[in-house]
Amino acid sequence: MSETIDITRPEIDANEMILNMGPQHPATHGVLRVVLKLDGEIVTDLDCDIGYLHRGVEKICEHRTYPMIAPYFDRTDYIAAASNGLCYVETIEKALGLEIPLQAQYLRVILVELTRLSSHLLWLATHALDIGAVTVFLWAFKEREEILKIFENFFGARLTCHAFRIGGMSYDAYDGFEAEVKTFAKRFPSSLAEYETMLNSNRIWLSRTVGVGIISGEAAIDIGLTGPALRASGIEWDIRKAHPYECYSELDFDIPVGENGDTYDRYLVRMEEMRQALRIIVQALDKLPGGPVMAAKVSKVIKVPVGEYYHSVEAPKGELGVYLASDGGTQPARLRIRPPSLLNLQALRQMSIGHLYADVVAIIGSLDIVLGEIDR
Amino acid sequence: MLNYLALSAPKWLSDSPILHNRIDPDVLDYFLWPLTQIVVLLVVVLTLVAYLTLAERKVSAWIQARLGPNRVGPLGLLQPLADGLKLLIKEDLIPLNADKIVFAIAPIISLVAAFVALAVIPWGAAWGMISNIDIGLLFIFSVSSVGVLGIILGGWASNSKYSLLGALRSSAQMVSYEVAIGLALIGGLMFTKTLALQDMVLAQARLHIWIIVFQPLAFLIYLISGIAETNRAPFDLPEAESELVAGFHTEYSGFRFSLFFIAEYTNIVIVSAVGVTVFLGGWYLPGLSYIFEPGSALFVLSSIAVFAAKTLVLLYVFFWLRWSVPRYRYDQLMELGWKWLIPAALANILLTAILFVIAQQLGLIVSNGNFLEITKLGYVFLIGTAFIITIPITWIMLGQINQRSRDFNLYEAKPLPMNRKK
Repeated sequence: MSETIDITRPEIDANEMILNMGPQHPATHGVLRVVLKLDGEIVTDLDCDIGYLHRGVEKICEHRTYPMIAPYFDRTDYIAAASNGLCYVETIEKALGLEIPLQAQYLRVILVELTRLSSHLLWLATHALDIGAVTVFLWAFKEREEILKIFENFFGARLTCHAFRIGGMSYDAYDGFEAEVKTFAKRFPSSLAEYETMLNSNRIWLSRTVGVGIISGEAAIDIGLTGPALRASGIEWDIRKAHPYECYSELDFDIPVGENGDTYDRYLVRMEEMRQALRIIVQALDKLPGGPVMAAKVSKVIKVPVGEYYHSVEAPKGELGVYLASDGGTQPARLRIRPPSLLNLQALRQMSIGHLYADVVAIIGSLDIVLGEIDR
Repeated sequence: MLNYLALSAPKWLSDSPILHNRIDPDVLDYFLWPLTQIVVLLVVVLTLVAYLTLAERKVSAWIQARLGPNRVGPLGLLQPLADGLKLLIKEDLIPLNADKIVFAIAPIISLVAAFVALAVIPWGAAWGMISNIDIGLLFIFSVSSVGVLGIILGGWASNSKYSLLGALRSSAQMVSYEVAIGLALIGGLMFTKTLALQDMVLAQARLHIWIIVFQPLAFLIYLISGIAETNRAPFDLPEAESELVAGFHTEYSGFRFSLFFIAEYTNIVIVSAVGVTVFLGGWYLPGLSYIFEPGSALFVLSSIAVFAAKTLVLLYVFFWLRWSVPRYRYDQLMELGWKWLIPAALANILLTAILFVIAQQLGLIVSNGNFLEITKLGYVFLIGTAFIITIPITWIMLGQINQRSRDFNLYEAKPLPMNRKK
């Protein structure tokens, strides 16, 4: 980790400038504060200051019963609420040894992959906006809107999507859900191709992203990078394949892997991941078995047996984990969230040093961080 | 002399029964008429600038599958008024540690520099312009250089790091691209043999051609540098909102901000207008003189309309580019300027000059006093060589210069298809 840069008494050096970026800044994706040491426009050092959005979610969880905790998870990574909810309910299910019905499993997978699409679309939008491609920003938001409409119909909410319960789903899909998702899946590849026409062949986009913010596979593992940022460095690690949960083992999909670990590869990996997510959705829709969506033997009062449990899922941003220590009561003794964004952000310093100030913005965008998740 | 300066009031005005013999002709020619022109020009340009902001928002909305402003007035046509009013009544904030005097002067310098350049642009034939000075083009360059001063002072006086970085970037950018612009225009000057802008249009009218046909490469360089010169995307680094918040005008608000804003849009109008004058024939449109009698009021008015139409087309190109491409990085921008545009402009000058001399030796071009006469074969020769010789040779030369540059080899360095693993 970097040493904290003292901004109150900066050393007088005519060549260096300390620039405070954030917490109120258009390109820090929320309330991230980055203190940069600049030599001209070249970054010589930087330090991330987090915690502006701290709400004490982990502490709150210690004072809530297990079913009451679930909605708090929608508010950590608020861009991918369903993935977070999934991680929590699966942890409890794993602790209780619950077997959940197939229909619920497939529905969960469809919704989580839709969430991945919406999260990646938001990433694409803001990343493109940071680099100056304003039009892609609005095009991606237009498509995300379609997903949010499906969410609104399913969950009754666009942002804090919440329908996963310990033991299954609280309700089955509404009439017309399948048709709506299928229409979306049919149209989405053409939109994706549109974004790629705007960016992939654009010389400016290439020169802004290729070779910027390189991180090697080993360094990425050392830091704890997960998700697309890790895969872009050439490490094939996806929890959906490595430790399959739900019904992922029955679905056919590829894991895109990059080569150079630069901003452009992270972009390519996420774009390809969107295609794969769509593939999963279409397969899962065809395989929807029907039947109950709630496991039969879930008791009204949930008590997790004494012990320590860890479960992780492949959230859109990386490995999202929940560590749970239970004393056998109705409330967890300790619950810790492993947010992918927090660990991914640690790579920012290593990626940015030696690059220009404008590249820091591109790199933050390519890491795809959400401050709600980092600060919890 | 009077006619040359285009100061004199048009005949139909000075001979009109209301004014005839009532006002001293000198007072009319030297004072009343130019003043009227200036007032009309300022009102028209200010309105144009206001509506350009609306046009930009509408164009961007169409590109981005949105509706754009449509609440104030029919089709949002009163939006500029609402914006202007909002900026006027907003709190005028001066940062505590700012250099207050410089902070106040900076936007005024920018605005004045932008407006002064309007005086020499030939908006139309005859009395359609204010003054046709001999050094018209140089005048525009020198005045627009002063505009950079406003930006530097504004960024410096704000006493903010973002403003300072923005100001430094923009001054470096504007100074480097001014070189490219100047060099690109020289190619056009060879055919017009004058720096006076009205005479350049007349020269093109005499040759019955737009210079762009002889100088396609120069026009391209001019267009790119012009966008960079006015700090527009993809060269909008001085105000790159994702990096520098708002660049040199981060600390400005209310009316002072709007002064910078008006200056920026006025500069865009000027760059388009100069491009139209030098490369696109100004107000000259083949066949216009057959419809209206040259010199008549209708002819002048229609020439103004032609000029406006051409300028608007260029402005649309500006908007179109802004909303289609991402932003350059600072070093890449400098590289584009110094390693691509300036060498290309220099090569263009050299090749054009050589071809020009060859054509002269062959008797295809005859210099006739201040004007050129080109034979039919000469047209074919000049147009053909511009496309067949100048562009390929320049392209090869640029490739040689930038052989080792990273950006030039992007595609080779990076295989595009994704390495997919099961």
